[in-house]
Amino acid sequence: MSQKTEITPEVFQFMPGDRESLQVKVTLPQEKIEIIDRICASSGNDPGELINILHEVQHQFGYLPAEVQEVIAHNLKVSVAHVYGVVTFYTYFTMIPKGEYPVSICTGTACYVRGAEKVLEEFKKELKIKVGETTPDGKFSINCLRCVGACGLAPVVLVGERVYGRVSPDGVKNILDEYRK
Amino acid sequence: MGKITITIDNKRIEAEPGTTILKAARGAGIEIPTLCHFEMCDMGIENRPGGCRICVVEVEGRRNLAPSCVTEVQEGMVVSTHNIRVLNARKTVLQLIISDHPFDCLVCAKSGQCELQHLATQFGIRSLPYAGEQSRYRKDTSPSIIRDVDKCILCRRCEMVCNDVQTVGALSAVNRGFMAVVAPAFEMNLEKSPCTYCGQCVSVCPTGALTEVDHSYEVLQALSNPKKTVVVQTAPAVRAALGEEFGMEPGTLVTGKLVAALRRLGFDYVFDTDFGADLTIMEEGTELLNRIKGYLAGDPNVRIPLLTSCCPGWVNFFEHNFPDLLDVPSTAKSPQQMFGAIAKTYFAEKIGVKREDLVVVSIMPCLAKKYECQRDEFKVDGNPDVDYSISTRELAAFIRQANIDFPGLPDEEYDDPLGESSGAGVIFGNTGGVIEAACRTAYELYTGRSLDRVEFHELRGMAGIRSATVDFDGLKLNIGIAHGLGNARKLLDEVRAGRSQYHAIEIMACPGGCISGGGQPYTHLKEEILKRRTAALYMADERKRIRKSHENPSIIRLYKEFLGEPGSPRAHSLLHTEYFPKSNEITITLNNH
Repeated sequence: MSQKTEITPEVFQFMPGDRESLQVKVTLPQEKIEIIDRICASSGNDPGELINILHEVQHQFGYLPAEVQEVIAHNLKVSVAHVYGVVTFYTYFTMIPKGEYPVSICTGTACYVRGAEKVLEEFKKELKIKVGETTPDGKFSINCLRCVGACGLAPVVLVGERVYGRVSPDGVKNILDEYRK
Repeated sequence: MGKITITIDNKRIEAEPGTTILKAARGAGIEIPTLCHFEMCDMGIENRPGGCRICVVEVEGRRNLAPSCVTEVQEGMVVSTHNIRVLNARKTVLQLIISDHPFDCLVCAKSGQCELQHLATQFGIRSLPYAGEQSRYRKDTSPSIIRDVDKCILCRRCEMVCNDVQTVGALSAVNRGFMAVVAPAFEMNLEKSPCTYCGQCVSVCPTGALTEVDHSYEVLQALSNPKKTVVVQTAPAVRAALGEEFGMEPGTLVTGKLVAALRRLGFDYVFDTDFGADLTIMEEGTELLNRIKGYLAGDPNVRIPLLTSCCPGWVNFFEHNFPDLLDVPSTAKSPQQMFGAIAKTYFAEKIGVKREDLVVVSIMPCLAKKYECQRDEFKVDGNPDVDYSISTRELAAFIRQANIDFPGLPDEEYDDPLGESSGAGVIFGNTGGVIEAACRTAYELYTGRSLDRVEFHELRGMAGIRSATVDFDGLKLNIGIAHGLGNARKLLDEVRAGRSQYHAIEIMACPGGCISGGGQPYTHLKEEILKRRTAALYMADERKRIRKSHENPSIIRLYKEFLGEPGSPRAHSLLHTEYFPKSNEITITLNNH
């Protein structure tokens, strides 16, 4: 099954290895292309600066959708496959816009042994999304991270900048309700 | 700088500074197994990501074993390449690689040719202690190439060839850790990527992760259908390589046995793509002369240089990368397609068979030919001019299945009329061959004089980019030759910038030309084999009675009876084509796993 969806870059959804088959074709507005061009030019369009350029572009747009990567590849005269290879190698880079309230669950050693896995499962169940995804209303996204330096509070969850300590699966709904209003 | 002295396996060896242990050892006749590493010196191709760790050796005074492919020699180094510690490490590395590899060797297209399988045999792997999860990925089937990355061991040979040698940039290592695969951008299917189907990734893949789409079953069905008349054409480069599949010396010409085998397989007519090559020369050579005459007369609408167009990988490459230059290549179809167009019109009429009852099969050294014959512009009411294209390897498998003793076959002759060819047709398989063949005909047509010597040695050789000036009785033609798409790109960039000094350029997608095509018997990257195939085709040319395309009697008759003149309206509609820009817009397709 294949479906064709026209969506604007702002709600652009892309998941490598997604179960659903989808075709996406997005045209980037000229002013956004110019922003990318400027960032690339400030690094001299040097392919060796790819990682720095990706950082800067993600800072500007919040994520790195496919067509943004294509513009970067074109400017640096490298293949799009190469840019995509770098984007998918570093967990910092994302091709999906994060939710308004990004939920990060620490799965570092301390949090893990104190039940982070179960907390993560509860967030996934409650939000009906997988790790790395964003809810259809754009409100929440789930990510895992490794250690925020608050092991004494394990398991730790971050929503945006705010830290929640000693989170139990039972407490997940309450945390989310704070942001659901 | 002076040489460095090192000791490898108790043998004192002198090596250049900067040489790797692997190279120094091999230079001294000491073999170290490798998997990810390969090198083809003449073509300046090397892959050494230092990733697989099969080539580890013990260096005295170093705590860890050293990967010999990336470790440089140092004065006084003492190296052991095969002691117990090294062997154990290699075995463990191999067992770890195999722990994430499917166990379907029995039904794998690469079985018997797989370098991983070969190493497992060599190291006597009898147990797999590391059982666990295996990484799974969807299979991706394109018109020519199948990607089954479950079998990928991340050696990255294909990535190097696709990016550094061919500059196609279709493949890259993506994701990380257990999820890492080699894939096109956004993990789209190969068909949506800038892939040209040159098949060089298949040639270098050590496992069954990259293989060709097998069409031999469809051919078998056609052969067993009594209503169908099945015609086969064999590309020039096939005869210089097929023997290797049956243990014959590389470079053995097996033209006669190839014909005999095809007849035994049940093909009704065994013809030669060399005939199509001669026809290509008639059309392309005429086009070349017309363009040059127009250019010299100052016609501003004439594009110079003329680019050859018989290589489908190259056609795909310029459609993807040079959509602004689509009027530069010759409009002449490739020999495969010219043959198909003539077989399904002129020949079908001659034998009184309806187009739809005639099946044309081609035996090709090439995987891009599979895509080429499926292109819409080469179909009439949905019926393709060439129905199926199978590779030299697929044919070899077919011959084995039919229990034919290939080396013991007698030499037989091609059928008439589409089996007659000149020496000019057979050298199409070598880099420089097409333009040499064109020069033989264009010279005589232009000057009206006969060539004293038909060989143009200045157009031969293995350098990636070559140039020569050919004198047509005062008309000096600058000829450029490139093989390997990275080299082609350099010449095309010059054309785009208006700096090209050439009147005509021959381009072949594969390094060395068709003799090293993606459908040829695996060479396991031995350059010597390619040289011998090249020499074999030049020898085939020398042995021919007729060595110029325009002197091929069947070609002369075809024009007289059917086509009229080269470039005539009928020749144009049957033997010429057009090119289409391939969109570089992003279209992402994700299929079900």
